[in-house]
Order: sequence, then C-alpha cells, then structure tokens
Amino acid sequence: MILCKVLGSVYSTKKNKNFKGYKIMLVREITPSGNFKGKPFLAIDATDSGKGDTVLVIKDGGSLQIITKSKDIPENAIIAGVVDQVNLEV
Amino acid sequence: MLIGKVVGSVWATKKLDSFEGKKLLIIQPFNEDMKPEDKFIVAVDTVQAGKGDIIFYATSKEAAIPFKNDKMPADAAIVGIIDGFSL
Repeated sequence: MILCKVLGSVYSTKKNKNFKGYKIMLVREITPSGNFKGKPFLAIDATDSGKGDTVLVIKDGGSLQIITKSKDIPENAIIAGVVDQVNLEV
Repeated sequence: MLIGKVVGSVWATKKLDSFEGKKLLIIQPFNEDMKPEDKFIVAVDTVQAGKGDIIFYATSKEAAIPFKNDKMPADAAIVGIIDGFSL
C-alpha cells in the first residue's frame, strides 16, 4: 500500500457501468513527511474518504476484486483507509 | 487508472481480429501538474471518447476487463470521460 493525499473527486457520466456505487477520487502519493511524489491518478473509494484526507491506497487488481467482490471493475487502485496520523519515529 | 487527453485516432485495416470494430485513440497522459506530457499511447476506446476529451484509462491486465468475453489483448483501454473534478 502507499500513502496518498486525496486531491478531489471525479465527475464522469460516460464511464464503464461497473463503477456504479463507487466514488472515483483523484489521489497523489505523498512521502510520510507529506511531500507529493509522482503523478496524480484515480482510485475508487471503499472507505468514504474526502478531499484533503491522507489515505492508504492499494494498487493491485486482485485485491480490488476481493474488496469489491467483483471482477468487472476496470481499475487496480482502491482507497483502503483514511489515515489519522503518520509517525516517523526512526 | 491514469488520466489523459485524447489527441487523435489510429486507423488500421490489417490488425488483430480482436480490434475489429473497436476505436483506437491516441492519448497524451497527464504529468504531475495534470498537463499533457510529451508521451503518446494508443488505447482501445470503450466509452465513445472523442478528440479533446479528458479521459481515464485502465492499463495492464485491468485493460482487458471491459472486454471480458472476447479476451482483448490490449494494454490500455479508455473506460471513462471526465466531466470535471471537484478540487
């Protein structure tokens, strides 16, 4: 899993029908100290996260199929938790 | 899934049978600043996307999911058109 920041949500009327019931969020990876890393990408939301949240994202199609109990969603990234605190004790 | 912009299309008469009847569109993926980067990929369209549309696309094995039964050997499939973001 990776730590990401939720940048916002995506509005899309013309999309694969199997996204129905899932919010599609725009997320971007952050380092534990909070700096952005890499390109923004889209993840479906399984934990009711919101804009500005720090979240856990699983980037694996198999896991997504287990969580959603569906093999029909053309996506491999899913938000698996909203992070309250990140501690970087070395 | 990744985000990009449709910048063109590709016509191929001699091609894999599984591409028969499918639209092949040229996409420029977005970079860190959500702007088209200098890279172009060809993806199979599944949502009637057109030139200029901002879209999202599945890659690797997820790209085949929309075509479940006829085993599409594509590595990129457009699966949604973005109307807007709430940022």
